[in-house]
Amino acid sequence: MQKRFTRMYSNNKHVVAYMVTVCFLVFSIFLGVSIGTFPISFFDILQMIGDALFHMGGNGSVDENTQNIVMSIRLPRVILAGLVGASLALAGASFQGLLQNPLADPYTLGVSSGASLGAVFVLFFGIHIPFFGFFTLPVASILTGFMTIIFVIFFAGMIDKAMRIETIVLTGIIMSSFLGALISFMIAMSGEELRQIVNWLLGSVSMRGWVYVMMLLPFFVVGSLLILANGTELNALAFGEEKAHQLGVNVKKRKLLILTSASILAGAAVAISGTIGFVGLVVPHLNRLLWGNDYRHLLPLSALFGAGFLILADLVSRTIMSPTELPIGVITALIGAPSFAFILMKQRMERRG
Amino acid sequence: MLQIKNIAGGYQRRNIIENLSFIVEKGEMFGILGPNGSGKTTLLKMIGGLIPVRSGTIELEGKPLQAYSAKQLARKIASLPQNNTQMFDYTVWETVALGRYPFQRGFLKRLTYEDEQVIQQVMEFTNVTKLKHLSIKHLSGGEKQRVFLAQALAQNPSLLLLDEPTNHLDITYQKMLLDQLKKWTKSHGLTVVSIFHDINLASLYCDKMLLLKNGQSVLIDDPNAVLNEKTIHHVYDVSAIKQSHPEIARPQMMLSPEHKHDEKKVFTKEDVIQTKELIYVKAASPLKTLSSAVVGGGFGWHRHFVNRHVPTDDHVSGSQTEMINFLLDNGFSPNETIGMLTSSHVEDGVVEEWEEEGISIIIVVTASISHGADASKNMEKHEHVRAINTWMFINGHLSDQAFIEGMVTATEAKTKALFDEGIIDSATGSSAAEASMDSVLLAATQTGSLHHHAGTGATLGKLIAKGVYESTVKAIQNNKQRWTIND
Repeated sequence: MQKRFTRMYSNNKHVVAYMVTVCFLVFSIFLGVSIGTFPISFFDILQMIGDALFHMGGNGSVDENTQNIVMSIRLPRVILAGLVGASLALAGASFQGLLQNPLADPYTLGVSSGASLGAVFVLFFGIHIPFFGFFTLPVASILTGFMTIIFVIFFAGMIDKAMRIETIVLTGIIMSSFLGALISFMIAMSGEELRQIVNWLLGSVSMRGWVYVMMLLPFFVVGSLLILANGTELNALAFGEEKAHQLGVNVKKRKLLILTSASILAGAAVAISGTIGFVGLVVPHLNRLLWGNDYRHLLPLSALFGAGFLILADLVSRTIMSPTELPIGVITALIGAPSFAFILMKQRMERRG
Repeated sequence: MLQIKNIAGGYQRRNIIENLSFIVEKGEMFGILGPNGSGKTTLLKMIGGLIPVRSGTIELEGKPLQAYSAKQLARKIASLPQNNTQMFDYTVWETVALGRYPFQRGFLKRLTYEDEQVIQQVMEFTNVTKLKHLSIKHLSGGEKQRVFLAQALAQNPSLLLLDEPTNHLDITYQKMLLDQLKKWTKSHGLTVVSIFHDINLASLYCDKMLLLKNGQSVLIDDPNAVLNEKTIHHVYDVSAIKQSHPEIARPQMMLSPEHKHDEKKVFTKEDVIQTKELIYVKAASPLKTLSSAVVGGGFGWHRHFVNRHVPTDDHVSGSQTEMINFLLDNGFSPNETIGMLTSSHVEDGVVEEWEEEGISIIIVVTASISHGADASKNMEKHEHVRAINTWMFINGHLSDQAFIEGMVTATEAKTKALFDEGIIDSATGSSAAEASMDSVLLAATQTGSLHHHAGTGATLGKLIAKGVYESTVKAIQNNKQRWTIND
């Protein structure tokens, strides 16, 4: 009796969680597609979905102009924002569990800066790695992002064995500043297209089109599958590496796997959209508060919610000062930085008891 | 079960553990003890595979530790570390369920029915079922400890490693935890290797103990051998006195604080106060006592001593409860008081001080012997009632052995006095060997010179023999006199 109750209790909680989060994502997609200088009604969107599903490629009742806007501008933008949001949220959640650090996020850890440096480097020198071709940009970002996180963890561990929250974040910030300086240096050297690169750095998903969706998608699929397969391990790691080991987790292997997949997600996202901060911080934290910390559910829920969140953030960034578009990173930072302060304060208070 | 051969290891380049070997048998409770920094936790982490072994081997069930994969090892060994820190909120149930990790397979790692059964069982065992929906962040230290114990037990281990398991627990749960674990070692064949801070607690539960000092083994043996005054002094650098547990065959070490009680006054004859109803003593500080009194018998420490007159035909008086109530009514705390009963008139009691070679004893004797007046009261039983209560207060420090020898010496002296006074045991007709309701008290200030012996060969013994004999004779004569006058 008791047991059945537990089962139902936890199952019901998560069924509700998934339903709410999926609804939120769908709603965000509809809003993202619908709102803009040329408004498109929800009804038109529904009709287009209906057409796409039932009369494959048939030109239904929605006029061609609207279809064009949706298919070549709005939809790829919304999907790209969603993928980037999901990637950053997943990366943030896994860094947090792995480092037992609620303030970890690709941005605060310096991974985003590292990935940016790789991307800027590729753009600056116009490098094309033959085998990767089209994927040179994300691959370079992923590699530099991964090197950054490894360095940050190594360095933080060297100065503070206990790897306190603040130490890791401080190391990340120092790393970010240093890498940022390198990027600025390169931009100064380049002299041209300054504004474009600066804009890219602040993060944007505009005018990227389907090409970028295709560029991100394979990394997203590989990275998120790898992370999702490590939900239980992240639960164990959240209790510390020693405890995880005692519970039977192959810590070295899992740690490397999680770090790699989180770097793939974060690096690829940065390569496509520039540095968009705090998504990986705010989204998992909110989901934790709402649905608990069980990583087996926290990861997919954060991914879904992160997608919706970034679609909305992008919507706000392009409508709030229309026709001027704000970088999306500005919006996420406006929400994220206070959240960061809030989480830090909460941790401090808890530690003091 | 666990075989450790010549292991060495530690952190960075320094070896904390060096050249250590021991064997733990299946179903054993094995204690690791030693001062802070002696390498206890390091050793435990080496056994758990958290710290690599630099040289030597650790074998678990005949296979070296390295031959096990992480998951295989977690199915054999579970650990309960000293502190469990966690940054994130998990419910108690989620935390305990993680203990099933080594048994889970596949992508989603769903819990099977069996997993849930085990989780349920261990939560009941550690008494955390009620807490299962609560966040572990909101639990007390003791509750957390029990949740993590449940998690470890959910791994269904054959070897459980504990790092001071009783750290955050109050004595109720300390005892409960260790009793339960002990039970599991017997019923499930669970082997427990545990670090203990408390030598006495370890002695009660461990089958074997390892004493570590500076990463090296000082002694590996059963508690009785490990707990000895010399070894403990060598390892911990404190002097402790070995005592046996009153109920089980396990030793305990007693520490003495630097500051004992305030300087004790010398006990004198003037401390003994005699009234019509009572002879009593209120000592300034507690005396160590050995007695056969109604209240406060056995070994102990007492400050107050009461010898109370009760009429022979009083059936109510004489029970322990009645005596305790009497003491309370008269302002004596039963915890601090030795209480005796006598049918004699206590104002006839003899109080005398004896001194020789710097040893002084105060002896108090009350005697009531059977007499005609009582016999006429037709209670046949009362005809034989005699009670000789003997008190001895010694200004000196006596060993336990001296206490017992003193008792024997006093009894012999008393018997001789009875014989010489021609007291016949009317029940057997022979010379009274021992009065049926006699009580004896030997109390010592435990200051000053140390006496190891109080037999008739020792000065103290001689003094006791002489004092008790003469006081008893005097008390009997006083008693006889009273009845002669009355008759």
